[in-house]
Amino acid sequence: MVNALTDAPSETNEKRVTQSGEIVFEGVSKSFTAESVPAVDGISFRVAAGDLVVLLGPSGCGKTTLLKMVNRLYEPSQGKIWLGGQEIHTLPINDLRRQIGYVIQQVGLFPHMTIGKNISVVPRLLGWDEDRTQERVEMLLELIGLPTTYLSRYPRQLSGGEQQRVGLARALAADPEILLMDEPFAAVDAMNRERLQGELLGLHCKLNKTILFVTHDVEEAFRLADKIIVMRAGKLVQYGTPIEIVSQPANEFIEELVDTKNILRRLSLVNVHSVLKAKENLPAETFPSKPVEKETPVLRPEDDLRSVLSLLLSSGSDPLKVVNSSGEILGSVGFTDLRNMLYSSQTTETNKCNELFD
Amino acid sequence: MSYLINNFDLVGQLFLQHLRLTLVVLFFSLIIGIPLGLGLARVKWLRGPVLSLLGIIYTIPSLSFFVLLIPIFGLGTTPAIIALTAYAQLLLVRNWLVGLTTIEPAILEAARGMGMNGWQRFWQVEFPLALPMLLAGVRLVTLSSIGIGTIAAFINAGGLGVLLFQGVITANYDKILAGAIAVSILSFSANYAIRILERRAELAIYGNSK
Repeated sequence: MVNALTDAPSETNEKRVTQSGEIVFEGVSKSFTAESVPAVDGISFRVAAGDLVVLLGPSGCGKTTLLKMVNRLYEPSQGKIWLGGQEIHTLPINDLRRQIGYVIQQVGLFPHMTIGKNISVVPRLLGWDEDRTQERVEMLLELIGLPTTYLSRYPRQLSGGEQQRVGLARALAADPEILLMDEPFAAVDAMNRERLQGELLGLHCKLNKTILFVTHDVEEAFRLADKIIVMRAGKLVQYGTPIEIVSQPANEFIEELVDTKNILRRLSLVNVHSVLKAKENLPAETFPSKPVEKETPVLRPEDDLRSVLSLLLSSGSDPLKVVNSSGEILGSVGFTDLRNMLYSSQTTETNKCNELFD
Repeated sequence: MSYLINNFDLVGQLFLQHLRLTLVVLFFSLIIGIPLGLGLARVKWLRGPVLSLLGIIYTIPSLSFFVLLIPIFGLGTTPAIIALTAYAQLLLVRNWLVGLTTIEPAILEAARGMGMNGWQRFWQVEFPLALPMLLAGVRLVTLSSIGIGTIAAFINAGGLGVLLFQGVITANYDKILAGAIAVSILSFSANYAIRILERRAELAIYGNSK
């Protein structure tokens, strides 16, 4: 059954247990003891392959427990979990884990192994040959922006931020479809955290992995997420895009969490990328695009809407073009988008709303 | 000193005998102690009772322990090896257990999360990280076995203790001195050799900073 579904990937005959990065939870609960309140209580959701989904909630809400059920560090008491169409309990546990990248807050690099050895742990477990492993390790080191001289260094010789980059490289080593990240940047100082978040977004665009990312940091969640799962006391409170969460909070808990009464706060949580994504499904050019004057400032996908507002007001042009780091124009964002995001649900319920614009 | 020079062959022979006794004790201690410590690291509730038991064994005075074993095992090296191995367990198991249980949980969680099986986790992660503590235990066991081993000469186990006992009985201070010097040389060199191994193991984990 398992083997029938696992076509060998191109270069080797190594078996892949999951075909895509889709994650499905169906009525999953977890109680640590029979009497206790369940840490995770009847949660169902689906994460599309390639999405970066953030599990957000206060500490003790069950988000880490939920995450650890994906790579079976915890076993669910009830319910089922599918990865790429395979129920995870039908798979050999260590084969499953070797195909899921796992990054934790304390990094957990092996102190007695060099950076090169640390990164190549999973490839070696999978029995890759020396050349392929070496090539992959060097490629990953370049990807995370560390020089190859680091290969022979030990984790203790690296800064906290560098260690977490290596942790990420180690998780990506065997090219998993799915990455689980448990508050990976929580122990890093604020400046480095922002850099790492930016780098993660860059990697996500480049590699297109499904990422489940746990955090209790609201700003971090909104900055990174394609979609956010808000949890409280073991239950899923809301699952939606950042814009949906800000514009249509499911209940008072979320209103309080994102402080929805405060317009500037709401704007500061959502970034340009999310707005562009929400507009993807709308008919193109729903607002007039004027030729941009030479001196007009441009927006970056990672800018939050609060700075967009200030730029719109100060520059006097509307809308402003969004340009990525390589100079490509991705779209534009103007007052209309901000207004839509804040006051109507039309732009957010993209699929349903298409008819309204036809 | 003249005794040592004139009877170099005899002292050398006893020295080797003592070394052999120590190595045999170390061998059996490791064979029992490593799995025992590993078991205690996994099964928390066993730690208290087992360590107390080892502690009680350790408090039995060595001479009475040797004599107690004579009715069962007779005279010679066998009761000596058994008693010394029993003493060694406390020192060895306690160190090894501390080494295993002080590994950062995040490191073990990462190892599990990456798909290492139990065997791989032990050989690639737990063993190398607990090795400095294990070697510290080995050093303690070696030194205490060399020391207590001298008393084993009393029950015909041989070794450098022979010189000490004979010297005391015949009031031959040269003999006592020769025995004492030989035992000291054995202890110092064993200590030094194992300390080097310990340093190497530590260096692999902590680097030059510590």
